[in-house]
Amino acid sequence: MDAIILQILNGLDKGSAYALIALGLTLIFGTLGVVNFAHGALFMIGAFCAVTLQRILSLSHEVVDPTKSDFLGNPLKIRQPYVHDLFGPEFGASLIEWSVPLSILFCIPVMIAVGFAMERGLIKHFYKRPHADQILVTFGLAIVLQEIIKYFFGANPIPTPAPAALNGVVNLGAALGLEVAYPLWRIVYFCFAALIIGAIFAFLQFTTFGMVVRAGMADRETVGLLGINIDRRFTIMFGIAAAVAGLAGVMYTPINSPNYHMGMDFLVLSFVVVVVGGMGSLPGAVLAGFMLGILESFASTTWATTTIPGINQVIIYLVAIIVLLTRPRGLMGRKGVMED
Amino acid sequence: MFGLNKKDGLLFLIVVALTALAPFLLNPFPVNSAMAQFNAGYPDLLQRFVIFGIFAIGFNILFGLTGYLSFGHAAFLGVGSYAAVWMFKLFSYNVLPAIIFAVIVAALFSVLIGYISLRRSGIYFSILTLAFAQMSFALAYSVLSNPNFNLTNGETGLQVYADDPQMFHRDGLPDLPHLFGLSMRATHELQLGAWSFTFNAGYYLCGVIMLVAFYLAIRIFRSPFGMMLRAIKSNNTRMTYTGLNAKPYTLAAFVISGMYAGLAGGLLAAMDPLAGAERMFWTASGEVVLMTILGGAGTLIGPVLGAGLIKYMENIVSKINDNVLHQWFSFLPDGLEDVMVTLIHPFVGKGWHLTLGVIFMLVVIFLPGGLVEGGQRIARLFRGKKAREAERKSTQSTPAE
Repeated sequence: MDAIILQILNGLDKGSAYALIALGLTLIFGTLGVVNFAHGALFMIGAFCAVTLQRILSLSHEVVDPTKSDFLGNPLKIRQPYVHDLFGPEFGASLIEWSVPLSILFCIPVMIAVGFAMERGLIKHFYKRPHADQILVTFGLAIVLQEIIKYFFGANPIPTPAPAALNGVVNLGAALGLEVAYPLWRIVYFCFAALIIGAIFAFLQFTTFGMVVRAGMADRETVGLLGINIDRRFTIMFGIAAAVAGLAGVMYTPINSPNYHMGMDFLVLSFVVVVVGGMGSLPGAVLAGFMLGILESFASTTWATTTIPGINQVIIYLVAIIVLLTRPRGLMGRKGVMED
Repeated sequence: MFGLNKKDGLLFLIVVALTALAPFLLNPFPVNSAMAQFNAGYPDLLQRFVIFGIFAIGFNILFGLTGYLSFGHAAFLGVGSYAAVWMFKLFSYNVLPAIIFAVIVAALFSVLIGYISLRRSGIYFSILTLAFAQMSFALAYSVLSNPNFNLTNGETGLQVYADDPQMFHRDGLPDLPHLFGLSMRATHELQLGAWSFTFNAGYYLCGVIMLVAFYLAIRIFRSPFGMMLRAIKSNNTRMTYTGLNAKPYTLAAFVISGMYAGLAGGLLAAMDPLAGAERMFWTASGEVVLMTILGGAGTLIGPVLGAGLIKYMENIVSKINDNVLHQWFSFLPDGLEDVMVTLIHPFVGKGWHLTLGVIFMLVVIFLPGGLVEGGQRIARLFRGKKAREAERKSTQSTPAE
């Protein structure tokens, strides 16, 4: 029982990342009809927003510490971050420690700007071109973005720890008398993902803007004929989708130190998730994300890997193949999407 | 000639000449000059040019003709490599049976994957092929290398060990891949003044096979079968309405391109008897897509050009470092020199992927037909206005509807 709960929990945090990326992909695909291979790069840029903020906050200058001395007896020089000068040592230290959660605020405007620039500058010109061209140009863009990040931040993973208060391990099963120790940050990640997903669905369901976007997803031409500037709204949706991918990246940094190719690693799986969920279906993307995350974590148990060796490596692809062959539109796909 | 029309025959002859003279053409700089590092005429790189040329030609038969974008073609390359190394391990170092076996295994593998993947089209097909390739990679990397049933030797890569049976290996034969005794590493150095040229047996074997593969590709492009594949690309639905079943044709194209990939994999193993799982990783599949698109999908010579360009960049551009850049710009005033070096620095050396990405994006955006289309545009500029008018008249067609 403990083990089963633990595996479900383990699956939830990876599943949250899959679900968030797949949600962004589906938002872009559903609104603009573009298959965005650079979405993984957006996830990666989000993660590097956290790194950047951490670096900015840790910018420091040298000061002499009168209370200590080095081994020669001279007063010790230490590096003191500027935030300590600005906000006092205690608040400054906690600012640095909480840099990952703070990056959420930093990341949203950056990602929306990146999203706008991408849509207006490049993808806009590819609406009328075949899907293969869209895939290829965004694939090229992903390589370029990845290499730019590599140029500035190097090829090695950069550790970005979560704040100490959120870094511990909690026993989730204590109330039920079970032994389920689980890292706190992963719970935070799951709650955060659930919040974002809920917010996106609420935005689309309960606001006028969301209503227009949904109408545009169903029939773009008619909405345009009603005198609504649907293109502008879709650009905004692209920005939002980019922000969702970026936020997923920011919060993922303490789980997995960001490196320049993390986006591509996630993208390949996220595409599988989107296809399993059904192209163009938002609930499908979220459902498939969590489902595949949990399946993957169950397949990684010792019991599974001894019964069928290697199942943990192939389970997602296996499920994708089975789903695509038995339910060609994915779990919750609509008719007429990508079937031209 | 050989059943080719005049234009194709000429193209084929040009490719034959280029392949035969490549050791000269790619070594234009004297050995001790500053530009010597741009010489690409050394055997290892030459072999890569033609082997990846074969891979890209095969990919182009699938993608260029039918429009099915496979993101898992490297799986066949990897399978071909493994098959060839197994032939080395079990029988002998002779490359001929190894290459033939590699093609057969890749063909069987591609029949299996193609039969399943081709039930869907568009992005679903891409994802299915990607999923199969990633599965093959994961299996080759982990499960198939367990001690009881070691098919792939996992992370180390499959290689030939001294205690392997090698049933037909005799004493007089070289302990390296060979063609009936002619070692693939056999080279002949030719010194002409300051220049040095290397002729390598392995390269010429690969070159001959590449020419055969290229010739077959031309014949496929010009055959009724190739016509049918193009029809599938332009309008699959209408094909179905006319009562034709497109599936056998696409499957045939898929298997042919899988066999080309297996051939390339077998040749890679024949040049260096080693096979690793990383050859099946999805980045390798992405690379062949890049090659084909860069050169020009659906054209005959494009994929070979693309493969050459990418391999050249991977091996030559990646070697340019800051010292070399400083040498180049030493004629400029000091301040300007540093500025130029800083500007170019991110694009060369370790950053060659960035250059590749930028070129690739530019090609997709402005030259959807790849380098070949670029060449055609330039050629058209040089031709007279009259010829252009005539061409426009002759290519004008009335739509069928």
